[in-house]
Amino acid sequence: MSAEAGPATTARPGVPPAGEPMVPAAYRVARRTAETHDCVSLRLEPAGPAGPRFRPGQFTMLSRPGVGEVAISVSGDPAAGDGSLTQTIRDVGAVSRALCRSRPGDLIGVRGPFGTSWGLETTAGRDLVIVAGGVGLAPLRPAVLGALADRGAYRRVIVVVGARSPAEFLFREQLDAWTATPGLEVELTIDRPDSAWTGPVGFVTEPLARLDLEPARTTALLCGPEPMLRFAADVLLGQGMAAADIRVSLERNMQCGIGLCGHCQLGPLLLCRDGPIVDYARARPLLAIREL
Amino acid sequence: MTGPRPLDGFPVLARLTAAQRAAVAATAREESFPAETVLFTESQPAAGCWLIRDGHVALATPVPGRGLLAVHTLGPGDVLGWSWLVPPCCWRYTATTASPVSAARLDTARLRALADADPALGYPLALGLLEAVARRLQSTRSRLLDLYGSPRER
Repeated sequence: MSAEAGPATTARPGVPPAGEPMVPAAYRVARRTAETHDCVSLRLEPAGPAGPRFRPGQFTMLSRPGVGEVAISVSGDPAAGDGSLTQTIRDVGAVSRALCRSRPGDLIGVRGPFGTSWGLETTAGRDLVIVAGGVGLAPLRPAVLGALADRGAYRRVIVVVGARSPAEFLFREQLDAWTATPGLEVELTIDRPDSAWTGPVGFVTEPLARLDLEPARTTALLCGPEPMLRFAADVLLGQGMAAADIRVSLERNMQCGIGLCGHCQLGPLLLCRDGPIVDYARARPLLAIREL
Repeated sequence: MTGPRPLDGFPVLARLTAAQRAAVAATAREESFPAETVLFTESQPAAGCWLIRDGHVALATPVPGRGLLAVHTLGPGDVLGWSWLVPPCCWRYTATTASPVSAARLDTARLRALADADPALGYPLALGLLEAVARRLQSTRSRLLDLYGSPRER
């Protein structure tokens, strides 16, 4: 999520975001991790009472006072019960750059969490196919962690991650650990190889097409650039999956986060409220309309 | 190397009847290779076609200053090698196993003779190959879009 808004209200320590959703609560940067050349993960700890617990797939509005506010997906562990938030930010504009340059000890404004979730609780007993492209892995990481924390609740758990180059995978150490985790099928694939890369080369649709799925017992979670969502969903539909069993994370210009301002409208949906996670039966006709 | 095994489950043969698949399987022999085995080399005359059962094969080409660069990786269920069908019938890339690989190798001279003699087999076989090629073309086009790049780079 990268649409950036103007200067934000100064964060007020101790104000839980659930009570006043337009008022940022203050969080302190506890750790900063450079993920790639332009992506940073921040672990944020509440400076006052912790906000509501997030559900995988949700986002918050993060702000640097005097700079602005931007929607950022939560990328941390949903089981973390200490009130902290981990969020992964790509430096694409003034606000995200200011957030990326935050240092431990800095105060960040947080509103939310907002929006719909991946709905893992509705997928028990099914195969999970999780497909991430580029920074799309950030909002899917909590889903993978959630599935691993309750591994027995699912049948196969398959994670397909695409990146432009080997250096541009988020959470690389964790990806390597997942690759070695029993009960988790992981395929990493890249668009542009370098001479050191020995793994698969190809778009994410290729490992997807090779999967031997039971379509009626499979739920797919997709996050990445919108064309990637369409192409990957097409492959899954071609394998016999129902559009309603494919969930995609959509991005528009989230600003208020609570369905009031209308900036994030996508047809009949306000994505900050009705999304970002939308099933493909609803999303597909909307994504077919140019510039909607 | 062993005798023919059934070739069910390979998408490239999905349009064939069971009897036609058995006829194709009669041209096949099972092969397995350790990682880093060169299966064929760019610009050499093309013969043979592998249906990959397990493992991955990288298609690569040498780029001065950058070494042998993989441009595409094929995996289980994929068909490797269709240059034998298209003039000038030379391999376009070098194929190297990226992991231990087991595959059914089709005798493409016999396969071509089968297809020429029986268009009812040759046509669905050609369609299956066309679908595989089209899927790779779509994938390559997707990569050309450079979708994962930062908006700041555009």
